[in-house]
Amino acid sequence: MKAGVITFPGSNCDDDVVDSLKRIGGFEVEKLWHKDTPNLDSFSLIVLPGGFSYGDYLRCGAMAARSPIMEKVIDFAHRGGFVLGICNGFQILCESGLLPGALVRNLNLNFICKDILVSVNDSDSPWTKMIEPHSHLRLPIAHGEGRYIIDEPGYEELVNNGQILFTYSENPNGSTHDIAGICNKTKNVFGLMPHPERATDLRSQDGMKIWNSLKSYLGCPS
Amino acid sequence: MKARIHVFYRDGVFDPQGNTVEESLKRMGFSKVKHLRIGRVIDLEIDYPSKEEAKRDLNKMCEKLLANPVIESYKHEILDT
Repeated sequence: MKAGVITFPGSNCDDDVVDSLKRIGGFEVEKLWHKDTPNLDSFSLIVLPGGFSYGDYLRCGAMAARSPIMEKVIDFAHRGGFVLGICNGFQILCESGLLPGALVRNLNLNFICKDILVSVNDSDSPWTKMIEPHSHLRLPIAHGEGRYIIDEPGYEELVNNGQILFTYSENPNGSTHDIAGICNKTKNVFGLMPHPERATDLRSQDGMKIWNSLKSYLGCPS
Repeated sequence: MKARIHVFYRDGVFDPQGNTVEESLKRMGFSKVKHLRIGRVIDLEIDYPSKEEAKRDLNKMCEKLLANPVIESYKHEILDT
């Protein structure tokens, strides 16, 4: 199984993602540059890592969403390819239209960097199938613009389709209905503000559960 | 010609920055201030044969990149002819 991790100018969690994917094993990991337009047919997973792509110019994720490689990623996602956006990657997925809603300034205007608990709402997805429903994961967050917003009809659609995978146990940033991570209708595109790749070592291994779910779904060798 | 684009959060999207600045102004004694919102101004020089064509493309620029229609509204003006 091949996983691609995209580096945008200002990405700073790309190597952490590569490291954690290598740690769980089963993936051949390749780093991809945002200006390239590679054929993604041979990939099973594309990860948009955290960071401050393009210095957060204009809006977080806005410039990266228009990067040359994103046309390929959008096409890959529309053909059912698995795409994960973490933190800034989640912002890029919303800006590119692959996920609904938007991420804006935290309600308290602070950059928040701490461990939080998320509740796993739905285990019926490739990203959460190995996680007990309604259990909690301890994951780090580090963001200034993580308040997820969506209008009420959009929210109802998310609920009806089982797209809200993670909610905060204690809402740190003012997100609508405590939303921490959502997927698209077909569940192959997933974006979340917490950093699972930073919870794959001795401190917390809860991030592993997301990688292991996907690995199991894809039938990856361990 | 020169154009100016204004981008603001849509009504209904809470602007914590605007709210905080509004509270500060009130604390400073400007008690008549209400509903302060902070937006973005984008100035650009463009070369179009007519205002109509310019405005059509300005709309497209806002829809495609300069504003996020999910959360923001925009307006634009031509500053000179």
